[in-house]
Amino acid sequence: MSASLHTVPSLPAERRPGCPFDPPAELLEAQQHGPISRYTHPGGKPGWMITGYDLVRSVLADPRFSSRKDLLNVVDFELPPAPPGEFLLMDDPEHSRYRKPLVGRFTVRRMRMLTERIEQITAECLDAMEAAGPSADLVAAFAKPIPTIVICEILGVPYEDRASFQEQIDAFMGGEVSDEELIAAYTATQEYLARLVAAKRANPTDDVLSELTDSDLTDEELKGISLILLAAGFDTTANMLSLGTYALLRNPDQFAALRDDPALTDGAVEELLRYLSVAKTFHRTALEDVELGGRTIEAGTTVVLSFHTANRDAGRFADPHALDLGRQAGGHLAFSHGIHQCLGQQLARVEMRVAFRALVDRFPTLRLAVPAEEVALRPESADIFGVKSLPVTWDAK
Amino acid sequence: MTAPRLTADRDRCIGAGMCAMTAPEVFDQDDDGLVLLLHPEPPADHRTAARLAVGLCPSAALALHDPAAGDP
Ligand code: HEM
Ligand code: SF4
Repeated sequence: MSASLHTVPSLPAERRPGCPFDPPAELLEAQQHGPISRYTHPGGKPGWMITGYDLVRSVLADPRFSSRKDLLNVVDFELPPAPPGEFLLMDDPEHSRYRKPLVGRFTVRRMRMLTERIEQITAECLDAMEAAGPSADLVAAFAKPIPTIVICEILGVPYEDRASFQEQIDAFMGGEVSDEELIAAYTATQEYLARLVAAKRANPTDDVLSELTDSDLTDEELKGISLILLAAGFDTTANMLSLGTYALLRNPDQFAALRDDPALTDGAVEELLRYLSVAKTFHRTALEDVELGGRTIEAGTTVVLSFHTANRDAGRFADPHALDLGRQAGGHLAFSHGIHQCLGQQLARVEMRVAFRALVDRFPTLRLAVPAEEVALRPESADIFGVKSLPVTWDAK
Repeated sequence: MTAPRLTADRDRCIGAGMCAMTAPEVFDQDDDGLVLLLHPEPPADHRTAARLAVGLCPSAALALHDPAAGDP
């Protein structure tokens, strides 16, 4: 580690033109100086930026670092605790009280059992896309509808509510609307989920939400859980599908490799997770003074963990900035590590394996319909990175 | 020589399924999502996958004790 302490300018720094998949230059430069750098949160509070793979991983596994929303020390006013059920921003034992009843519903085995249904949903999206072709916006035709329908089925959103429900979550996830519209969409989603929980309690159906009404969780808590499943599971998967396709189309040799070798699919999904790291950064706050990489993190200080930069650490992944579907990308941090590691990861994996496979099988000649530089990207300020739309075309059969 | 032996701490397990995904012959998850050890002494051809799964477990719930490698 270098003796001098490197300082990272306040985020969000934008990505370099022509390198839409790489972390901003400021973060890559910080990593060159060492795994931990001085950093000032955009709200003005002093903190730390961690970009080294080993150090990010060890903070995530360390109970001396908290996920609690009300301990976040990034702005100069106090933040409220996470609402009931929103356990992403809680510590144990509260966190595990909510997570425990859920894990049995998202196991490797139960998610594999959804494979056939997800194949069906995907085929229907691709049928519609093909019928309207030979060009499409891949975000609207493919990347968004697949995870939306899947999460609706898991929560048991009735068919007739889907269209209006999707509009609401689009508005509050897309980040492309005014503040008032955002609040309106958020409130509408909250109200809808409250009604949904009440309906499932009255008339249980065959879905995860109905199963959860058979527990000691209150309606308010179930609403929070539904909201977090939605918020954590929908936008992430949708952006992996669209940004992942964009990355494959900008690396035609990798697109061809995946298309020509179905055995590459599972590994390709892991490598796209690593390479894209759409959930870019997370925060943790020190509960006590902690020695880290030769520095002392004082109790109460919030550190930023750059998952994206850590997943590009040359000390862990050879030639880290290359998209290489054949590599062993296991151990990447795209789903985090420690007690908050993604609850929905096995579901997301099945969705991505099925969807990417079906896409390249159906459209072997898929390509961008606009020059690659013209694809509109989300601003770096968005929590989840991605493309706004992805115009594609193909040779009609 | 004794074979490597696995242990799983179900109180630590957070049900992320990394083990069941990485070494399905050795680990499974029960109906509550928690780890089940199928082979506490994994046969030689599953040892590499088991070792990988131990390293990937997000909550340090798994351990591999390998007398040959000097572990207790
Ligand atoms: C490719 C898609 C996805 C990515 C990249 C992703 C990423 C993540 C990450 C990085 C975390 C941990 C954050 C932290 O450590 O603070 C997380 C947690 C979580 N994810 Fe995912 N996720 C994805 C899909 C899903 C899906 C499909 C669902 C559910 C249906 C889901 C539900 C959750 C929940 C509930 C948590 C909170 C877990 C906890 O705090 O214990 N995610 N996700
Ligand atoms: S990898 Fe660890 S936390 Fe995940 S299911 Fe297996 S033992 Fe439990």
